[in-house]
Amino acid sequence: MTVDPDTQSTPAAPVASGFDNDNRQAGSIGESARDYVNRLRGGDMGSLPAILGLVVLIVIFASLNDRFLTTYNMANLVVQASAIMVLAMGIVFVLLLGEIDLSAGVAGGACATITALMLIDYDWTWWLATLAGVAFGMVVGLAIGALVSFLGIPSFVVTLAFFLGLQAVPLKLIGSGGSLRYNDPVLRGLSIKNVPVTAGWIAAVVIVLAFAALSLWRYRSLSAKGLVHPPIGLVAIRIAVLAAIVLGLTALLSANRAPNPNLFEISGIPWAAPVVIALLLFWTFILTKTRFGRHLYAVGGNAEAARRAGINVRRVRIMAFVICTGMAALAGLLSASYTGKVSPGSGGGNVLLYAVAAAVIGGTSLFGGRGRAIDAVIGGLVIATISNGLGLLNQAAYINFVVTGGVLLLAASVDAISRRRRSSAGV
Amino acid sequence: MEPLLQLRGVNKSFGVVHVLHDVDFAVYPGQVTALVGDNGAGKSTLVKIIAGIYGRDSGDYLFDGKQVEVHGPRDVAALGVEVVYQDLALCDNLDIVENMFLGREETTRFGLDEVSMETRARETLASLSVRTVKSVRQSVASLSGGQRQTVAIAKAVLWNSKVVLLDEPTAALGVAQTRQVLDLVRRLADRGLGVVLISHNMGDVLEVADRITALYLGRVAADVSSKDVTHGQIVELITAGRSGDLGIAENPATATV
Repeated sequence: MTVDPDTQSTPAAPVASGFDNDNRQAGSIGESARDYVNRLRGGDMGSLPAILGLVVLIVIFASLNDRFLTTYNMANLVVQASAIMVLAMGIVFVLLLGEIDLSAGVAGGACATITALMLIDYDWTWWLATLAGVAFGMVVGLAIGALVSFLGIPSFVVTLAFFLGLQAVPLKLIGSGGSLRYNDPVLRGLSIKNVPVTAGWIAAVVIVLAFAALSLWRYRSLSAKGLVHPPIGLVAIRIAVLAAIVLGLTALLSANRAPNPNLFEISGIPWAAPVVIALLLFWTFILTKTRFGRHLYAVGGNAEAARRAGINVRRVRIMAFVICTGMAALAGLLSASYTGKVSPGSGGGNVLLYAVAAAVIGGTSLFGGRGRAIDAVIGGLVIATISNGLGLLNQAAYINFVVTGGVLLLAASVDAISRRRRSSAGV
Repeated sequence: MEPLLQLRGVNKSFGVVHVLHDVDFAVYPGQVTALVGDNGAGKSTLVKIIAGIYGRDSGDYLFDGKQVEVHGPRDVAALGVEVVYQDLALCDNLDIVENMFLGREETTRFGLDEVSMETRARETLASLSVRTVKSVRQSVASLSGGQRQTVAIAKAVLWNSKVVLLDEPTAALGVAQTRQVLDLVRRLADRGLGVVLISHNMGDVLEVADRITALYLGRVAADVSSKDVTHGQIVELITAGRSGDLGIAENPATATV
């Protein structure tokens, strides 16, 4: 679509005459703060419950166990969380459409099995083996998506069937009771090796500077053209918060965290973190800046409206499942990298529920149309903190199940209540 | 005058139900054509066929006098035909700009072109004298019925369309909002667009329509100038399919038995 040259050269001022109350910016930080409170009241909670929950959890676990807050455990937490975050990021795509993928966890296990077999039996290099695993995952996603969108079977049923069926893959390939070692230096290194400290600092500073430059550039171009834009104070606060988090974490992870610091040194950001950050940036771009991302939200919000707007709803739906299972494959690899082996039970148990809980806690709605990639990261941190903290407390396994189930239920309740408030408040 | 959009001899069945029988329908530039008929007369089906949502079993689809192949909503939109649906077909979770450009987002090399889209959306709303919307970045869920209708119409106007179909645009609106929408309908026709107004409200129809096409049980009962008919005649055409010398010669419901 071409834009009339006149409209580009004219500033927005004459156009504004048609709008009596056209509001282009929340005038001050105070106003934006009030807007935010209104949104919260209206049920648009975003990631706030997750952040509050995280603070509460950290306080509780830190007071119950003094090893919880050590940098050694924090680094461990980051690695533990990475697999949950990546799986949850995939789940966000199907949740955005109001669908569910119950098979993502075991699909990840099956993909990791295939990658491990390629590494061990066929001596493939790590990236070829990874590609094979991810490709298998995407084919599974394609099958699920096709069954859901062409046959119209509810995704709950299709993925339940795949949940059962896919468990056969590792069982057949590995054999009952066995396990495959997973010690490729690169793939295993994602969990046990760290980014060199200097490189970590450089990357952290680059990320902060790039974010600041992009935010300011966006602010300038929006305000120059007279479009809706946030106040400059809010932009500055966002940059400051991001800088504090990124630089703070880098400082924390760059310190020597070896249990016995005199004997050897462990320092630097675990390689799993840059993987998660890269995926986060990539999917955030796809969701917010591309037509495909916009169409995902549209189909999740009102599939009929999307169809009438000429969007290929089937294609969008299939793509969401392909992305979800592809991400599940990566999550399976990260989790295998953490444990150092793949066994027939990989990806089973509560892996999937952890990921769904992570996405929902982070602020992604189970009803479709709402969600971000960052939700998976924030929610994943909450879930990993729970499982890490309970592990340190040496609780029996049943406690872990009860707590996880409770957290999932709590998150779903928050989602349902905020959805009801949203529809009555019309936010 | 040459019609902008014309359907000739269209038939449509759903299974054993024959919904449209040899329907002829024409839309002229600069005119408001009202499509009236009782519930189940086939209005919605006809609109969906024009919109490309349903295929047709037989019959011709002509645009600007030329026969065209229509396989989906995208083809129809490419011709310059826009439909504003009764249930509005807006996504509640997206904002006004996002909704207006849904399915036809503008992009630059770096992704979506929000600057251009927001500017054009604002211009279009301004040209339609929209006064009640607080911000073009407001989510559609927070709009009132009239505002949503305006956004839906603005979405159709945005594309410099040649034909706009409005499905019951005033059904859920109050008096003042109905007034605004009817003015808007008239303004669209005065711009030279072909406007189709589907409505149950005979007052609205007689006020803004230039031509009236009445459907009765899937057949065209009459296609007349609105000056030539009275309120009572239209009601008879809708309910009985005929009125005096107007309408279907025999009642098809009894004739087919």
